[in-house]
Amino acid sequence: MIAESMYQELILEHYKHPQGRGLREPFDAEVHHVNPTCGDEVTMRVKLADGGKVLDVSYDGQGCSISQAAASVLHELTTGSTVEETLSVVDEFTRLMQGRGQVEPDEDVLGDAVAFAGVAKFPARVKCALLAWMAYKDAVIRSQG
Amino acid sequence: MTQQSFDVERIRKDFPILTRELPGGRPLVYLDSGNSSQKPTQVIEAMREHMASHYANVGRALHVLGSESTEAYEDARSKIAAFVGAPSRDEVIFTKNASEALNLVAYSFGNPNNTDERFRLGPGDEIVISEMEHHSNIVPWQLLAQRTGATLRWFPVTDEGRLDVGGLDELVNERTKIVSIAHQSNVLGTVNSVSPILARVRQVGALMMLDASQSVPHQPVDVAELGVDFVAFTGHKMLGPSGIGVLWGRRELLDAMPPFLGGGEMIEAVWMDHSTFAPVPHKFEAGTPPIVEAVGLGAAVDYLTSIGMEEIKAHEKRLVTYALDVLQEVPGLTVIGPRTAIARGGTVSFTLEGIHPHDVGQILDDVYGIAVRVGHHCARPLHLRFGIPATTRASLYLYNTTAEIDALVRGLHHVQKVFG
Repeated sequence: MIAESMYQELILEHYKHPQGRGLREPFDAEVHHVNPTCGDEVTMRVKLADGGKVLDVSYDGQGCSISQAAASVLHELTTGSTVEETLSVVDEFTRLMQGRGQVEPDEDVLGDAVAFAGVAKFPARVKCALLAWMAYKDAVIRSQG
Repeated sequence: MTQQSFDVERIRKDFPILTRELPGGRPLVYLDSGNSSQKPTQVIEAMREHMASHYANVGRALHVLGSESTEAYEDARSKIAAFVGAPSRDEVIFTKNASEALNLVAYSFGNPNNTDERFRLGPGDEIVISEMEHHSNIVPWQLLAQRTGATLRWFPVTDEGRLDVGGLDELVNERTKIVSIAHQSNVLGTVNSVSPILARVRQVGALMMLDASQSVPHQPVDVAELGVDFVAFTGHKMLGPSGIGVLWGRRELLDAMPPFLGGGEMIEAVWMDHSTFAPVPHKFEAGTPPIVEAVGLGAAVDYLTSIGMEEIKAHEKRLVTYALDVLQEVPGLTVIGPRTAIARGGTVSFTLEGIHPHDVGQILDDVYGIAVRVGHHCARPLHLRFGIPATTRASLYLYNTTAEIDALVRGLHHVQKVFG
């Protein structure tokens, strides 16, 4: 019964009812990231406002519950925040995912994304959880470029 | 009669790993033999015994151990030659795996060191593969086409997962130099009918290769009877160790082909500016070969022969008939590949509506100890053909039981409950 702890209720909820899914206009940058080992993919658009506020993160994709739920949680956590805040979430989330289950997550920074803590124990699935977050980071850099 | 003589419970006792417990006290249900098979005690012991008592390098050491090791290595070659009906043991070349065997043959085409007309390849010439190939029978030919300017073409696959040979006469034509297809698909389970394609290949004067990685472990294969020019397969899928594969080729063609890798033991004489080469098979076995692995593979074919390849084939046919029946009763499950047990092996790939294969595989493993493979199984173009990113694949072998298939079905119902 190890994996079911990976499939937290919150992850399954986001997978079944994704938030903010669908590509929207306007946007500053669009990126497409894939996970070649399992075929998960995400297309993501980012719209930033002056002053570093994230106006909208819209996305579409296909893949496993972990990759798609991660995109949905990301949408919720990033939209309305500042770029700076969201990038610190990306950093903390990456640290958690790469910690092989040994890292104590910072809930204050991560919010709902803390539900993915169990994924870190499954090296094969870490890339699924990181897919949307890496795409977001990439999109933000391009928006600012 | 065969059903009585084939005792799966007795066979299972030969495989120590099948009785191990997974974390949390789960029993192991191993349904991933198409990926790699488990090893019987006979193979493990043969390898241990060789390392404990006979090990030295082969072909070059004059001492007792050197000659015992060489004898064991070459004896393994003879066993494997007999196992696949090779007319000569010198036609059996040990490689690292099936991929190396395929690359070796691909390298011989369009190669300036090969003056044989049959291997001449350039712009205007054609290479034919199929849409159901493993990447190892796609990428070497893509690289060859890029190197030489030749054109890569392929047989399409029907909705049922069969090779579509409707366009055979146009696809294989006087421009074709080599046709290389899977004998049995690693995803669909489809066993391809070789003779109609081979007849056309002969008509146009081309050569033909089979990727038999998924057939040699599961059914009697006789390379002379098949009549093709090259056959590749791998040790680890047929109860042998990883690190050893086999290329069988017709002697006369192997003689014409240039060396693939250069190094120790593949030479006749070496000067500073040039070399002459050993006769086959050693011409293609540069460097210290997989010695212990060859001994292990020899023990594996002894084991398979003692059970009987016809019996193994019949057992797998009973299993896959059962599996196709019960799996197709799972709501939302779609089998990708032939849905009846005709001209197919014991590999069943499927999708579950609305649930990604990675989630299926994870729950099966962690709740029930069921090992399946999920993903595109190194056959991405085939998945693209069916418009899906991935499948879940159960692949059966001589040690599997109908009870394990029942466990899979129970597991799939549970997966549906989690994601429902």
